[in-house]
Amino acid sequence: MRRTSRGTSLGRMSFTNLTALALGLAFLYAPIAILVVYSFNASRLVTVWGGWSTRWYAALIEDRAMIDAALASLGIALASATLATVLGTMAAVVLTRFRFRGRLPFAAMIYAPLVMPEVITGLSLLLLFVAIDLDRGFFTIIIAHTTLTMCFVTVIVQSRLSGFDRSLEEAAMDLGCPPGRTFFAITLPLIMPAVIAAFLLAFSLSLDDLVIASFTTGPGATTLPIRIYSEVRLGVKPEINAVCTIFIAVIAVAVIAASLVGKHREGTAARPLRQAGAPNPMPHS
Amino acid sequence: MTETPAAAHRKRSLSLGARLVVAAPYLWLIAFFLVPFGIVLKISLSETAIAQPPYMPVLDLAAGWQGLEDFLAGLSFANYATLAGDDLYVFSYLKSLKVAALSTAILVLCGFPLAYAMARAPLRAHALLVTLIVLPFWTSFLIRVYAWINILQRDGLLNQALLWLGIVDQPTTWLATDTAVYIGLVYSYLPFMVLPLYASLEKLDHTLLEAAADLGCPRWKAFFVITVPLALPGLGAGALLCFIPIVGEFVIPDLLGGSDAAMIGQTLWTEFFANKDWPVASAVAVVLVVLLVAPIAVYQHLQAREIEGRR
Repeated sequence: MRRTSRGTSLGRMSFTNLTALALGLAFLYAPIAILVVYSFNASRLVTVWGGWSTRWYAALIEDRAMIDAALASLGIALASATLATVLGTMAAVVLTRFRFRGRLPFAAMIYAPLVMPEVITGLSLLLLFVAIDLDRGFFTIIIAHTTLTMCFVTVIVQSRLSGFDRSLEEAAMDLGCPPGRTFFAITLPLIMPAVIAAFLLAFSLSLDDLVIASFTTGPGATTLPIRIYSEVRLGVKPEINAVCTIFIAVIAVAVIAASLVGKHREGTAARPLRQAGAPNPMPHS
Repeated sequence: MTETPAAAHRKRSLSLGARLVVAAPYLWLIAFFLVPFGIVLKISLSETAIAQPPYMPVLDLAAGWQGLEDFLAGLSFANYATLAGDDLYVFSYLKSLKVAALSTAILVLCGFPLAYAMARAPLRAHALLVTLIVLPFWTSFLIRVYAWINILQRDGLLNQALLWLGIVDQPTTWLATDTAVYIGLVYSYLPFMVLPLYASLEKLDHTLLEAAADLGCPRWKAFFVITVPLALPGLGAGALLCFIPIVGEFVIPDLLGGSDAAMIGQTLWTEFFANKDWPVASAVAVVLVVLLVAPIAVYQHLQAREIEGRR
């Protein structure tokens, strides 16, 4: 966190602003907190608090189908996030550094999937896979998730690329360093925090996706959200609370680790080049 | 080929390596984003058939020119006529637009005070506040919707709290109502509204407000004359970022809403998975895209301007 402050403290904020912050954060976190607490409820009934217990976590270890679904989801998320990070970073470089005819339709294809309703993306990809007679399963989900998440990667990396000083890149090129080497030696290390953040976002979006995976999946490829969804439709179950809590814990640890890595890297590598404002953690702001 | 790089970048024209860097993501998006849309459009003009794949006509390339002619002759707008003629679909579209508009309005009303408070917080707290807003977005969407089932069900915490407080004497039905859908939508989309708004409000030049105050402008008036207009780009981006996906939303109305009036995302899902009517599902998707083309274009314009403006 930066030390330069405007010299105000939380105490100097107006009462209305503090209330808005408190209410907003409570609204965002209370449901998640309740879910986590109830995952440790010994009673099967949601209405009754039966004391603390880890029995639902113990029950999960027995649930082979749930574990298989979780492993499938992790594999798909890892593969699609890796592919999406490579393709999305390339697209970000293209959009910020290259001028060519056809740049506008390219930008349109990057931004459209960000807001496109998932049912449409899912349906259209499924119909493509049917049309080219591709067997549906892990592979098709990976393609679908890569297509969706690479656009998020592009927006995050792009905002970082367009935000930093290009003089180092230009100096390297002027001294005869070829563009490819300049990218790997100068640009990539500088945008690394954004690339890592983008990878993690792609990973968590893939892990999270229900709709697109439901359309593009095939026999034998059940992801964790598909599994959770089929259980949730039948009502609240303590086992599902436990799965969700583990899910939340994994994501929270990953996000915190990433922000620490990002901070460390920024502190050591990019300090002289840092522009006003931290890298944007959200693609859309 | 549109992706042929013609213009020179800087002093040199695009090298072979650079062309490959352009081609890889470009071709990927053409293959897996643009082409699938063409296929949806084509299938929306087909008829349902008991076959694999379950629609006809199928383009028979082996039959050459005759195959193409047969294929074109087989296309029809019957599915669109079905959509227009059946109240189920019309109501479904109208309901989706209504729900999206109303929840976007609620999101603006909830998001603005939150974003404003974040922007007015001490500078050293900003990074932390942004992280706190983003963090729930990282945890699963499905889980966050599911968390509300815990709260809203008949013997859930909300009814328990209301009974305990004596506000109601009978448990109220929350789950499977439109109210539950609105709660779920506002909850899930709040970060998408707050962050663009915050980005706009944070850049706001406070000397403008001071100048207005010095010149005797009351604070409430300065808010509407200075703060709100300067926050409009963020407000627009946030509103579109919520409105467009909400129109096609499936998970939230399916898990929290009732079964009486389905939103269009649910209708598409049912046509596809339950009725196995791929052509009608495709026609539903095409009409939905047509409805959303204008908002998506405006959103892209705002997004492009935001990123270009940061250079």
